[in-house]
Amino acid sequence: MEYEPIIGLETHAQLLTESKMFCRCRADYAAAPPNTLVCPVCLGLPGVLPVINRRAVEYTVMTALALNCSFPEHAKFDRKNYHYPDLPKGYQISQYDLPLSQNGWLAVDSPGGPKRIRIRRVHLEEDTAKLFHVANQGETYSLIDFNRAGVPLMEIVTEHDFASVDEVRQYIIKLRAILRYLGVCSGDMETGAMRFEANISLRPKGSDKYGTKVEVKNLNSFRAVLKSLQYEMDRQARLLEAGGQVKQETMGWDDAGNVTVVQRSKEEADDYRYFPEPDLPPLVLSREWIESLRARLPELPDAKRQRLVAQYGITPYDAGILTGEKALAEYFEACAARHPNAKAVANWITRDLLQLLNSTNTTIEACPVTPDSLAQMLKLLDDGVISSKLAKTVFEEMFKAGKGPEEIVAAQGLIQISDASQIESIVEEVMATNPRAVADFRAGKEQALTFLVGQVMKATRGRASPALANEILRRKL
Amino acid sequence: MKLTVDQVRHVAHLARLALEPEELERFREQLSAILEYAEVLQELDTQAIPATAMVVPLENVMRPDQAGPSLPREEVLANAPQREQDCFRVRAILD
Ligand SMILES: [Zn+2]
Repeated sequence: MEYEPIIGLETHAQLLTESKMFCRCRADYAAAPPNTLVCPVCLGLPGVLPVINRRAVEYTVMTALALNCSFPEHAKFDRKNYHYPDLPKGYQISQYDLPLSQNGWLAVDSPGGPKRIRIRRVHLEEDTAKLFHVANQGETYSLIDFNRAGVPLMEIVTEHDFASVDEVRQYIIKLRAILRYLGVCSGDMETGAMRFEANISLRPKGSDKYGTKVEVKNLNSFRAVLKSLQYEMDRQARLLEAGGQVKQETMGWDDAGNVTVVQRSKEEADDYRYFPEPDLPPLVLSREWIESLRARLPELPDAKRQRLVAQYGITPYDAGILTGEKALAEYFEACAARHPNAKAVANWITRDLLQLLNSTNTTIEACPVTPDSLAQMLKLLDDGVISSKLAKTVFEEMFKAGKGPEEIVAAQGLIQISDASQIESIVEEVMATNPRAVADFRAGKEQALTFLVGQVMKATRGRASPALANEILRRKL
Repeated sequence: MKLTVDQVRHVAHLARLALEPEELERFREQLSAILEYAEVLQELDTQAIPATAMVVPLENVMRPDQAGPSLPREEVLANAPQREQDCFRVRAILD
Protein backbone atom coordinates (compact mmCIF):
# COMPACT_ATOMS: atom_id res chain seq x y z
CA MET A 1 0.00 0.00 0.00
CA GLU A 2 1.11 3.56 -0.55
CA TYR A 3 1.23 5.77 2.52
CA GLU A 4 1.41 9.50 3.00
CA PRO A 5 2.90 11.25 6.01
CA ILE A 6 1.24 13.87 8.16
CA ILE A 7 3.87 15.99 9.83
CA GLY A 8 3.85 18.84 12.32
CA LEU A 9 6.91 20.82 13.35
CA GLU A 10 7.96 22.82 16.40
CA THR A 11 10.82 25.25 16.03
CA HIS A 12 12.73 26.78 18.91
CA ALA A 13 14.62 29.95 18.04
CA GLN A 14 16.91 31.83 20.41
CA LEU A 15 16.33 35.56 20.15
CA LEU A 16 19.21 37.96 19.51
CA THR A 17 18.58 40.16 22.52
CA GLU A 18 21.28 41.76 24.61
CA SER A 19 19.94 40.45 27.92
CA LYS A 20 18.06 37.36 29.04
CA MET A 21 14.28 36.94 29.02
CA PHE A 22 13.54 37.92 32.62
CA CYS A 23 16.82 39.28 34.04
CA ARG A 24 19.73 41.47 32.99
CA CYS A 25 22.34 38.73 32.51
CA ARG A 26 23.87 38.87 29.04
CA ALA A 27 22.10 36.56 26.59
CA ASP A 28 25.07 35.88 24.32
CA TYR A 29 26.68 33.01 26.18
CA ALA A 30 28.73 31.61 23.28
CA ALA A 31 32.13 32.75 24.53
CA ALA A 32 31.38 33.02 28.24
CA PRO A 33 33.08 30.67 30.74
CA PRO A 34 30.59 28.34 32.52
CA ASN A 35 28.26 29.84 35.11
CA THR A 36 29.42 33.44 34.64
CA LEU A 37 26.12 34.74 33.16
CA VAL A 38 23.91 33.82 36.06
CA CYS A 39 22.08 35.88 38.67
CA PRO A 40 19.54 35.28 41.45
CA VAL A 41 16.65 35.71 38.98
CA CYS A 42 17.74 33.12 36.42
CA LEU A 43 18.90 30.83 39.24
CA GLY A 44 15.42 31.06 40.72
CA LEU A 45 16.54 32.06 44.21
CA PRO A 46 13.71 32.88 46.62
CA GLY A 47 12.38 36.43 46.67
CA VAL A 48 13.45 37.52 43.20
CA LEU A 49 11.20 39.19 40.65
CA PRO A 50 11.47 38.37 36.92
CA VAL A 51 10.67 41.24 34.54
CA ILE A 52 9.77 40.75 30.85
CA ASN A 53 12.35 41.84 28.27
CA ARG A 54 10.50 44.24 25.97
CA ARG A 55 12.69 43.53 22.95
CA ALA A 56 12.01 39.80 23.19
CA VAL A 57 8.28 40.54 23.00
CA GLU A 58 8.84 42.87 20.05
CA TYR A 59 10.89 40.27 18.19
CA THR A 60 8.19 37.68 18.75
CA VAL A 61 5.49 40.04 17.50
CA MET A 62 7.59 40.89 14.41
CA THR A 63 8.05 37.19 13.67
CA ALA A 64 4.34 36.57 14.18
CA LEU A 65 3.52 39.43 11.78
CA ALA A 66 5.87 37.97 9.17
CA LEU A 67 4.07 34.64 9.62
CA ASN A 68 0.63 36.23 9.14
CA CYS A 69 -0.46 35.56 12.72
CA SER A 70 -3.17 37.26 14.71
CA PHE A 71 -2.87 38.54 18.26
CA PRO A 72 -5.17 37.64 21.14
CA GLU A 73 -6.30 40.55 23.28
CA HIS A 74 -4.43 39.20 26.29
CA ALA A 75 -1.30 37.13 26.53
CA LYS A 76 0.20 35.72 29.70
CA PHE A 77 3.06 33.62 30.96
CA ASP A 78 2.69 30.32 32.79
CA ARG A 79 4.86 28.02 34.82
CA LYS A 80 5.54 24.62 33.30
CA ASN A 81 6.57 22.41 36.19
CA TYR A 82 8.93 19.49 35.84
CA HIS A 83 12.04 18.16 37.50
CA TYR A 84 15.15 18.17 35.45
CA PRO A 85 18.57 19.54 36.36
CA ASP A 86 18.58 21.92 33.39
CA LEU A 87 15.85 23.89 35.14
CA PRO A 88 17.20 25.78 38.14
CA LYS A 89 13.71 26.80 39.32
CA GLY A 90 11.96 23.44 38.97
CA TYR A 91 9.75 25.08 36.35
CA GLN A 92 10.15 26.82 33.03
CA ILE A 93 8.38 30.11 32.36
CA SER A 94 6.48 29.52 29.13
CA GLN A 95 3.09 30.35 27.65
CA TYR A 96 0.22 27.90 27.86
CA ASP A 97 -3.30 28.91 26.88
CA LEU A 98 -2.78 32.58 25.98
CA PRO A 99 0.27 32.76 23.68
CA LEU A 100 1.48 36.04 22.20
CA SER A 101 0.15 35.14 18.76
CA GLN A 102 -1.63 32.41 16.82
CA ASN A 103 -3.26 31.31 13.57
CA GLY A 104 -0.70 32.27 10.94
CA TRP A 105 0.71 30.59 7.86
CA LEU A 106 3.79 30.20 5.71
CA ALA A 107 3.52 29.16 2.04
CA VAL A 108 5.52 26.32 0.47
CA ASP A 109 5.35 24.75 -2.98
CA SER A 110 3.55 21.43 -3.26
CA PRO A 111 2.80 19.18 -6.23
CA GLY A 112 -0.66 20.78 -6.34
CA GLY A 113 0.68 24.36 -6.34
CA PRO A 114 1.40 26.82 -3.51
CA LYS A 115 0.21 25.56 -0.14
CA ARG A 116 -0.15 27.24 3.21
CA ILE A 117 1.40 25.55 6.21
CA ARG A 118 -0.71 26.83 9.08
CA ILE A 119 1.09 28.21 12.13
CA ARG A 120 -0.78 27.29 15.30
CA ARG A 121 1.07 29.66 17.60
CA VAL A 122 4.21 31.70 18.17
CA HIS A 123 5.05 32.11 21.82
CA LEU A 124 7.87 33.08 24.16
CA GLU A 125 9.62 31.10 26.83
CA GLU A 126 13.05 30.77 28.42
CA ASP A 127 15.82 28.41 27.39
CA THR A 128 17.20 25.83 29.79
CA ALA A 129 20.72 25.20 31.10
CA LYS A 130 23.29 23.11 29.27
CA LEU A 131 24.10 19.65 30.56
CA PHE A 132 27.33 17.81 29.88
CA HIS A 133 27.28 14.08 30.41
CA VAL A 134 30.55 12.76 31.71
CA ALA A 135 31.85 9.21 31.85
CA ASN A 136 35.06 9.23 33.81
CA GLN A 137 36.88 6.12 35.04
CA GLY A 138 33.70 4.10 35.42
CA GLU A 139 31.87 7.00 37.05
CA THR A 140 29.04 8.71 35.16
CA TYR A 141 27.62 12.06 36.13
CA SER A 142 26.41 15.33 34.62
CA LEU A 143 27.80 18.85 34.77
CA ILE A 144 25.56 21.92 34.52
CA ASP A 145 26.34 25.32 33.05
CA PHE A 146 23.46 27.71 33.73
CA ASN A 147 24.57 30.43 31.28
CA ARG A 148 21.92 29.41 28.74
CA ALA A 149 19.13 29.22 31.33
CA GLY A 150 16.78 32.16 30.82
CA VAL A 151 17.87 33.10 27.29
CA PRO A 152 14.76 34.22 25.33
CA LEU A 153 13.42 31.32 23.30
CA MET A 154 10.66 31.71 20.73
CA GLU A 155 8.60 28.67 19.86
CA ILE A 156 6.85 28.40 16.51
CA VAL A 157 4.36 25.54 16.21
CA THR A 158 2.73 24.42 12.96
CA GLU A 159 -0.45 22.45 12.43
CA HIS A 160 -0.03 18.94 11.00
CA ASP A 161 0.01 20.30 7.49
CA PHE A 162 3.15 18.86 5.91
CA ALA A 163 2.44 16.05 3.47
CA SER A 164 6.08 15.36 2.56
CA VAL A 165 9.60 15.75 3.86
CA ASP A 166 10.25 18.18 1.02
CA GLU A 167 7.57 20.54 2.34
CA VAL A 168 9.31 20.47 5.72
CA ARG A 169 12.59 21.25 3.98
CA GLN A 170 11.14 24.26 2.21
CA TYR A 171 9.44 25.47 5.39
CA ILE A 172 12.67 25.38 7.41
CA ILE A 173 14.62 27.21 4.70
CA LYS A 174 11.92 29.88 4.47
CA LEU A 175 11.45 30.24 8.19
CA ARG A 176 15.18 30.56 8.77
CA ALA A 177 15.45 33.20 6.03
CA ILE A 178 12.59 35.17 7.60
CA LEU A 179 14.16 35.07 11.07
CA ARG A 180 17.47 36.26 9.62
CA TYR A 181 15.83 39.01 7.54
CA LEU A 182 14.11 40.22 10.70
CA GLY A 183 17.39 40.03 12.61
CA VAL A 184 15.65 38.29 15.51
CA CYS A 185 17.59 34.99 15.41
CA SER A 186 20.95 33.95 13.96
CA GLY A 187 19.39 30.78 12.51
CA ASP A 188 22.63 29.07 13.43
CA MET A 189 21.83 25.40 13.93
CA GLU A 190 25.33 24.24 14.90
CA THR A 191 25.23 26.40 18.00
CA GLY A 192 21.66 25.44 18.84
CA ALA A 193 20.16 28.84 18.07
CA MET A 194 17.51 27.03 16.01
CA ARG A 195 16.25 23.57 17.04
CA PHE A 196 13.35 21.36 16.04
CA GLU A 197 10.90 18.73 17.20
CA ALA A 198 8.63 16.92 14.80
CA ASN A 199 5.65 14.63 15.00
CA ILE A 200 4.78 12.27 12.21
CA SER A 201 2.11 9.71 11.41
CA LEU A 202 1.28 7.76 8.28
CA ARG A 203 -2.02 6.99 6.64
CA PRO A 204 -2.99 5.18 3.45
CA LYS A 205 -2.74 7.63 0.58
CA GLY A 206 -6.06 9.35 0.02
CA SER A 207 -7.46 8.43 3.42
CA ASP A 208 -8.76 11.17 5.71
CA LYS A 209 -8.04 9.32 8.95
CA TYR A 210 -5.10 10.11 11.20
CA GLY A 211 -2.58 7.46 12.13
CA THR A 212 -0.75 7.14 15.45
CA LYS A 213 1.67 9.99 16.01
CA VAL A 214 5.30 9.55 16.89
CA GLU A 215 7.27 12.49 18.27
CA VAL A 216 10.89 12.97 17.31
CA LYS A 217 13.03 15.17 19.54
CA ASN A 218 16.65 16.35 19.61
CA LEU A 219 16.67 17.58 16.03
CA ASN A 220 19.55 20.01 16.06
CA SER A 221 20.37 20.25 12.39
CA PHE A 222 18.66 20.55 9.06
CA ARG A 223 19.99 17.16 8.13
CA ALA A 224 18.69 15.56 11.34
CA VAL A 225 15.16 16.81 10.66
CA LEU A 226 15.03 15.50 7.10
CA LYS A 227 16.82 12.23 7.81
CA SER A 228 14.81 11.37 10.91
CA LEU A 229 11.49 12.05 9.18
CA GLN A 230 12.45 9.92 6.21
CA TYR A 231 13.61 7.21 8.59
CA GLU A 232 10.34 7.32 10.55
CA MET A 233 8.28 7.20 7.35
CA ASP A 234 10.11 4.09 6.23
CA ARG A 235 9.99 2.47 9.67
CA GLN A 236 6.27 3.12 10.15
CA ALA A 237 5.43 1.99 6.61
CA ARG A 238 7.29 -1.30 7.13
CA LEU A 239 5.51 -1.79 10.44
CA LEU A 240 2.05 -1.14 8.95
CA GLU A 241 2.81 -3.22 5.89
CA ALA A 242 3.66 -6.19 8.14
CA GLY A 243 0.29 -5.82 9.83
CA GLY A 244 1.75 -4.18 12.93
CA GLN A 245 0.72 -1.03 14.75
CA VAL A 246 2.66 2.16 15.37
CA LYS A 247 3.08 2.87 19.06
CA GLN A 248 2.57 6.39 20.32
CA GLU A 249 5.97 7.23 21.68
CA THR A 250 8.73 9.78 21.84
CA MET A 251 11.80 9.09 19.80
CA GLY A 252 15.17 10.78 19.73
CA TRP A 253 17.38 11.10 16.69
CA ASP A 254 20.72 9.34 16.90
CA ASP A 255 22.85 11.39 14.55
CA ALA A 256 25.77 8.97 14.49
CA GLY A 257 23.69 5.86 13.92
CA ASN A 258 21.22 7.52 11.54
CA VAL A 259 18.26 5.99 13.36
CA THR A 260 15.49 7.12 15.66
CA VAL A 261 15.60 5.52 19.09
CA VAL A 262 12.88 5.30 21.70
CA GLN A 263 13.67 7.80 24.42
CA ARG A 264 13.27 6.72 27.95
CA SER A 265 10.17 8.78 28.50
CA LYS A 266 10.56 11.18 31.36
CA GLU A 267 8.34 9.82 34.08
CA GLU A 268 5.08 11.73 34.40
CA ALA A 269 6.39 13.89 31.60
CA ASP A 270 2.96 15.13 30.64
CA ASP A 271 1.93 16.24 34.07
CA TYR A 272 3.30 19.78 33.81
CA ARG A 273 0.72 21.39 36.11
CA TYR A 274 0.77 24.66 34.19
CA PHE A 275 -0.46 27.64 36.15
CA PRO A 276 -0.27 31.40 35.54
CA GLU A 277 3.11 32.85 36.48
CA PRO A 278 2.15 35.01 39.47
CA ASP A 279 5.22 37.26 39.13
CA LEU A 280 4.40 38.44 35.61
CA PRO A 281 1.37 40.61 34.87
CA PRO A 282 -0.39 39.84 31.55
CA LEU A 283 0.53 41.49 28.27
CA VAL A 284 -1.99 43.55 26.36
CA LEU A 285 -0.71 44.24 22.87
CA SER A 286 -2.22 47.49 21.67
CA ARG A 287 -3.09 48.02 18.01
CA GLU A 288 -0.64 50.95 17.89
CA TRP A 289 2.23 48.90 19.23
CA ILE A 290 1.62 46.09 16.76
CA GLU A 291 1.34 48.56 13.87
CA SER A 292 4.54 50.35 14.88
CA LEU A 293 6.31 46.97 14.80
CA ARG A 294 4.75 46.13 11.44
CA ALA A 295 6.26 49.36 10.12
CA ARG A 296 9.67 48.08 11.19
CA LEU A 297 9.44 44.90 9.11
CA PRO A 298 11.91 44.75 6.23
CA GLU A 299 10.88 43.53 2.79
CA LEU A 300 10.54 39.79 3.39
CA PRO A 301 12.04 37.00 1.21
CA ASP A 302 8.90 36.13 -0.79
CA ALA A 303 8.10 39.75 -1.59
CA LYS A 304 11.72 40.49 -2.44
CA ARG A 305 11.88 37.50 -4.75
CA GLN A 306 8.80 38.60 -6.66
CA ARG A 307 10.11 42.14 -6.92
CA LEU A 308 13.52 41.07 -8.23
CA VAL A 309 11.85 39.00 -10.96
CA ALA A 310 9.58 41.90 -11.96
CA GLN A 311 12.15 44.66 -11.65
CA TYR A 312 15.22 42.99 -13.17
CA GLY A 313 13.76 40.32 -15.43
CA ILE A 314 15.80 37.56 -13.79
CA THR A 315 14.43 34.02 -13.43
CA PRO A 316 12.37 33.08 -10.34
CA TYR A 317 14.98 30.41 -9.69
CA ASP A 318 17.86 32.91 -9.59
CA ALA A 319 15.72 35.32 -7.57
CA GLY A 320 15.07 32.52 -5.09
CA ILE A 321 18.78 31.93 -4.61
CA LEU A 322 19.57 35.64 -4.35
CA THR A 323 16.88 36.27 -1.73
CA GLY A 324 17.98 33.34 0.46
CA GLU A 325 20.05 35.85 2.39
CA LYS A 326 19.14 39.49 2.72
CA ALA A 327 22.76 40.56 2.31
CA LEU A 328 23.08 38.55 -0.90
CA ALA A 329 20.00 40.21 -2.40
CA GLU A 330 21.42 43.59 -1.41
CA TYR A 331 24.71 42.71 -3.06
CA PHE A 332 22.88 41.76 -6.24
CA GLU A 333 20.93 45.01 -6.27
CA ALA A 334 24.10 47.02 -5.68
CA CYS A 335 25.71 45.30 -8.69
CA ALA A 336 22.58 45.64 -10.82
CA ALA A 337 22.60 49.37 -10.11
CA ARG A 338 26.11 49.56 -11.58
CA HIS A 339 25.68 47.33 -14.61
CA PRO A 340 22.86 47.37 -17.17
CA ASN A 341 22.63 43.60 -17.69
CA ALA A 342 20.97 42.29 -14.52
CA LYS A 343 20.73 38.76 -15.88
CA ALA A 344 24.49 38.60 -16.35
CA VAL A 345 24.94 39.98 -12.83
CA ALA A 346 22.60 37.30 -11.45
CA ASN A 347 24.47 34.59 -13.35
CA TRP A 348 27.84 35.61 -12.04
CA ILE A 349 26.60 35.84 -8.48
CA THR A 350 24.59 32.61 -8.38
CA ARG A 351 27.27 30.56 -10.10
CA ASP A 352 30.82 31.83 -9.76
CA LEU A 353 30.55 34.02 -6.70
CA LEU A 354 28.49 31.63 -4.58
CA GLN A 355 30.80 28.80 -5.47
CA LEU A 356 33.83 30.81 -4.36
CA LEU A 357 32.08 31.96 -1.17
CA ASN A 358 31.10 28.38 -0.31
CA SER A 359 34.44 26.81 -1.08
CA THR A 360 36.30 29.39 1.00
CA ASN A 361 33.63 29.49 3.72
CA THR A 362 33.25 33.26 3.30
CA THR A 363 30.06 35.19 4.06
CA ILE A 364 28.67 37.63 1.49
CA GLU A 365 29.25 40.41 4.02
CA ALA A 366 32.99 39.62 3.87
CA CYS A 367 33.06 39.16 0.10
CA PRO A 368 36.40 40.48 -1.25
CA VAL A 369 34.81 41.42 -4.61
CA THR A 370 32.93 44.69 -4.24
CA PRO A 371 29.84 45.42 -6.37
CA ASP A 372 31.94 48.08 -8.12
CA SER A 373 34.57 45.52 -9.08
CA LEU A 374 32.06 43.00 -10.35
CA ALA A 375 30.38 45.66 -12.48
CA GLN A 376 33.77 46.79 -13.85
CA MET A 377 34.66 43.23 -14.78
CA LEU A 378 31.37 42.78 -16.62
CA LYS A 379 32.08 46.00 -18.51
CA LEU A 380 35.54 44.75 -19.56
CA LEU A 381 33.81 41.62 -20.79
CA ASP A 382 31.15 43.59 -22.69
CA ASP A 383 33.79 45.83 -24.26
CA GLY A 384 35.77 42.83 -25.45
CA VAL A 385 38.81 43.76 -23.36
CA ILE A 386 38.80 40.29 -21.81
CA SER A 387 37.42 37.12 -23.35
CA SER A 388 34.56 35.26 -21.69
CA LYS A 389 36.97 32.41 -21.15
CA LEU A 390 39.39 34.59 -19.22
CA ALA A 391 36.72 36.42 -17.28
CA LYS A 392 36.42 33.44 -14.95
CA THR A 393 40.14 33.52 -14.23
CA VAL A 394 40.06 37.27 -13.70
CA PHE A 395 37.10 36.88 -11.35
CA GLU A 396 38.83 34.21 -9.29
CA GLU A 397 41.91 36.45 -9.03
CA MET A 398 39.73 39.36 -7.95
CA PHE A 399 38.25 37.16 -5.25
CA LYS A 400 41.60 35.82 -4.10
CA ALA A 401 43.49 39.12 -4.14
CA GLY A 402 40.63 41.47 -3.32
CA LYS A 403 41.70 43.71 -6.21
CA GLY A 404 39.81 45.39 -9.04
CA PRO A 405 39.61 43.72 -12.47
CA GLU A 406 41.65 46.33 -14.31
CA GLU A 407 44.58 45.91 -11.99
CA ILE A 408 44.51 42.13 -12.41
CA VAL A 409 44.09 42.23 -16.17
CA ALA A 410 47.05 44.63 -16.47
CA ALA A 411 49.28 42.80 -13.99
CA GLN A 412 48.76 39.40 -15.56
CA GLY A 413 48.63 40.51 -19.19
CA LEU A 414 45.21 39.07 -19.73
CA ILE A 415 43.94 41.68 -22.16
CA GLN A 416 42.25 40.10 -25.12
CA ILE A 417 44.23 40.25 -28.39
CA SER A 418 41.92 41.77 -30.94
CA ASP A 419 44.66 42.95 -33.23
CA ALA A 420 44.29 40.91 -36.47
CA SER A 421 47.94 41.15 -37.55
CA GLN A 422 49.12 39.84 -34.19
CA ILE A 423 46.76 36.88 -34.38
CA GLU A 424 47.68 36.27 -38.03
CA SER A 425 51.29 35.61 -37.15
CA ILE A 426 50.26 33.23 -34.38
CA VAL A 427 47.90 31.43 -36.77
CA GLU A 428 50.77 30.96 -39.21
CA GLU A 429 52.93 29.45 -36.48
CA VAL A 430 50.14 27.08 -35.41
CA MET A 431 49.57 25.99 -39.01
CA ALA A 432 53.26 25.35 -39.47
CA THR A 433 53.55 23.17 -36.37
CA ASN A 434 50.34 21.21 -37.06
CA PRO A 435 50.52 20.15 -40.74
CA ARG A 436 48.39 17.06 -40.04
CA ALA A 437 45.41 19.07 -38.79
CA VAL A 438 45.77 21.49 -41.69
CA ALA A 439 45.66 18.60 -44.13
CA ASP A 440 42.68 17.05 -42.34
CA PHE A 441 40.72 20.26 -42.59
CA ARG A 442 41.52 20.68 -46.23
CA ALA A 443 40.32 17.10 -46.73
CA GLY A 444 36.95 18.16 -45.29
CA LYS A 445 37.27 17.40 -41.57
CA GLU A 446 35.52 20.31 -39.81
CA GLN A 447 36.66 19.22 -36.31
CA ALA A 448 40.24 19.93 -37.30
CA LEU A 449 39.38 23.63 -37.25
CA THR A 450 38.20 23.44 -33.62
CA PHE A 451 41.52 21.86 -32.75
CA LEU A 452 43.48 24.60 -34.51
CA VAL A 453 41.47 27.38 -32.81
CA GLY A 454 42.26 25.65 -29.54
CA GLN A 455 45.96 25.71 -30.40
CA VAL A 456 45.77 29.45 -31.08
CA MET A 457 44.03 30.01 -27.73
CA LYS A 458 46.68 27.91 -26.03
CA ALA A 459 49.53 29.83 -27.67
CA THR A 460 48.01 33.12 -26.45
CA ARG A 461 47.12 31.75 -23.01
CA GLY A 462 43.45 32.32 -23.81
CA ARG A 463 43.90 35.95 -24.77
CA ALA A 464 43.04 35.68 -28.46
CA SER A 465 39.53 36.58 -29.48
CA PRO A 466 38.13 33.16 -30.47
CA ALA A 467 35.90 34.67 -33.16
CA LEU A 468 38.85 36.44 -34.76
CA ALA A 469 41.09 33.37 -34.57
CA ASN A 470 38.37 31.33 -36.26
CA GLU A 471 37.90 33.84 -39.03
CA ILE A 472 41.62 34.21 -39.78
CA LEU A 473 42.19 30.44 -39.74
CA ARG A 474 39.39 29.85 -42.26
CA ARG A 475 40.81 32.52 -44.53
CA LYS A 476 44.37 31.14 -44.37
CA LEU A 477 43.28 27.57 -44.86
CA MET B 1 -13.31 16.50 47.79
CA LYS B 2 -11.73 13.33 49.19
CA LEU B 3 -8.36 12.45 47.73
CA THR B 4 -7.27 8.86 47.21
CA VAL B 5 -3.97 7.51 48.48
CA ASP B 6 -2.88 7.07 44.87
CA GLN B 7 -3.49 10.73 44.18
CA VAL B 8 -1.40 11.71 47.18
CA ARG B 9 1.37 9.35 46.07
CA HIS B 10 1.26 10.89 42.56
CA VAL B 11 1.46 14.45 43.84
CA ALA B 12 4.27 13.48 46.21
CA HIS B 13 6.19 11.94 43.36
CA LEU B 14 5.78 15.05 41.23
CA ALA B 15 7.25 17.05 44.11
CA ARG B 16 9.99 14.41 44.57
CA LEU B 17 8.89 13.70 48.12
CA ALA B 18 9.34 10.23 49.56
CA LEU B 19 6.45 9.57 51.95
CA GLU B 20 6.03 6.76 54.47
CA PRO B 21 2.74 4.82 54.35
CA GLU B 22 1.41 6.54 57.48
CA GLU B 23 2.38 9.92 56.00
CA LEU B 24 0.41 9.11 52.85
CA GLU B 25 -2.69 8.58 54.96
CA ARG B 26 -2.05 11.67 57.13
CA PHE B 27 -1.51 13.94 54.11
CA ARG B 28 -4.49 12.41 52.35
CA GLU B 29 -6.66 13.65 55.23
CA GLN B 30 -4.97 17.04 55.53
CA LEU B 31 -4.94 17.78 51.79
CA SER B 32 -8.55 16.65 51.47
CA ALA B 33 -9.53 19.02 54.27
CA ILE B 34 -7.77 21.93 52.53
CA LEU B 35 -9.50 21.18 49.24
CA GLU B 36 -12.85 20.89 50.95
CA TYR B 37 -12.32 24.25 52.62
CA ALA B 38 -11.54 25.83 49.23
CA GLU B 39 -14.70 24.29 47.82
CA VAL B 40 -16.65 26.99 49.66
CA LEU B 41 -15.71 29.22 46.72
CA GLN B 42 -17.74 27.03 44.36
CA GLU B 43 -20.88 28.42 45.97
CA LEU B 44 -20.20 31.91 44.55
CA ASP B 45 -22.04 32.90 41.40
CA THR B 46 -19.20 33.98 39.10
CA GLN B 47 -21.16 34.05 35.86
CA ALA B 48 -20.82 37.79 35.36
CA ILE B 49 -17.16 37.92 36.30
CA PRO B 50 -14.53 37.50 33.56
CA ALA B 51 -11.83 34.94 34.17
CA THR B 52 -8.47 36.37 35.17
CA ALA B 53 -5.07 34.96 35.86
CA MET B 54 -3.90 37.95 37.87
CA VAL B 55 -5.63 39.83 40.66
CA VAL B 56 -3.36 42.89 40.78
CA PRO B 57 -4.46 45.56 38.28
CA LEU B 58 -1.19 45.54 36.35
CA GLU B 59 -0.34 44.84 32.72
CA ASN B 60 2.57 45.27 30.30
CA VAL B 61 5.27 45.50 32.95
CA MET B 62 8.44 45.31 30.90
CA ARG B 63 12.04 46.43 31.07
CA PRO B 64 14.36 47.73 28.33
CA ASP B 65 16.72 45.14 26.85
CA GLN B 66 19.90 46.20 28.65
CA ALA B 67 22.43 43.82 30.11
CA GLY B 68 23.79 44.28 33.61
CA PRO B 69 26.29 42.48 35.80
CA SER B 70 25.76 38.84 36.76
CA LEU B 71 26.85 37.19 39.99
CA PRO B 72 30.53 36.36 40.59
CA ARG B 73 30.96 32.68 39.80
CA GLU B 74 32.04 31.79 43.32
CA GLU B 75 28.72 33.05 44.63
CA VAL B 76 26.81 31.16 41.93
CA LEU B 77 28.49 27.92 42.92
CA ALA B 78 28.51 28.65 46.67
CA ASN B 79 25.58 26.32 47.39
CA ALA B 80 26.38 23.67 44.82
CA PRO B 81 26.18 20.23 46.46
CA GLN B 82 29.12 19.21 44.28
CA ARG B 83 31.14 21.10 41.72
CA GLU B 84 33.63 20.30 39.03
CA GLN B 85 35.28 22.44 36.35
CA ASP B 86 33.28 25.52 37.38
CA CYS B 87 30.05 23.57 36.82
CA PHE B 88 27.42 22.13 39.11
CA ARG B 89 27.88 18.39 39.32
CA VAL B 90 24.83 16.14 39.63
CA ARG B 91 24.04 12.44 39.32
CA ALA B 92 24.08 11.07 35.79
CA ILE B 93 21.16 12.26 33.73
CA LEU B 94 20.05 10.33 30.71
CA ASP B 95 18.30 12.28 27.98
ZN1 LIG C 1 20.19 36.24 35.27
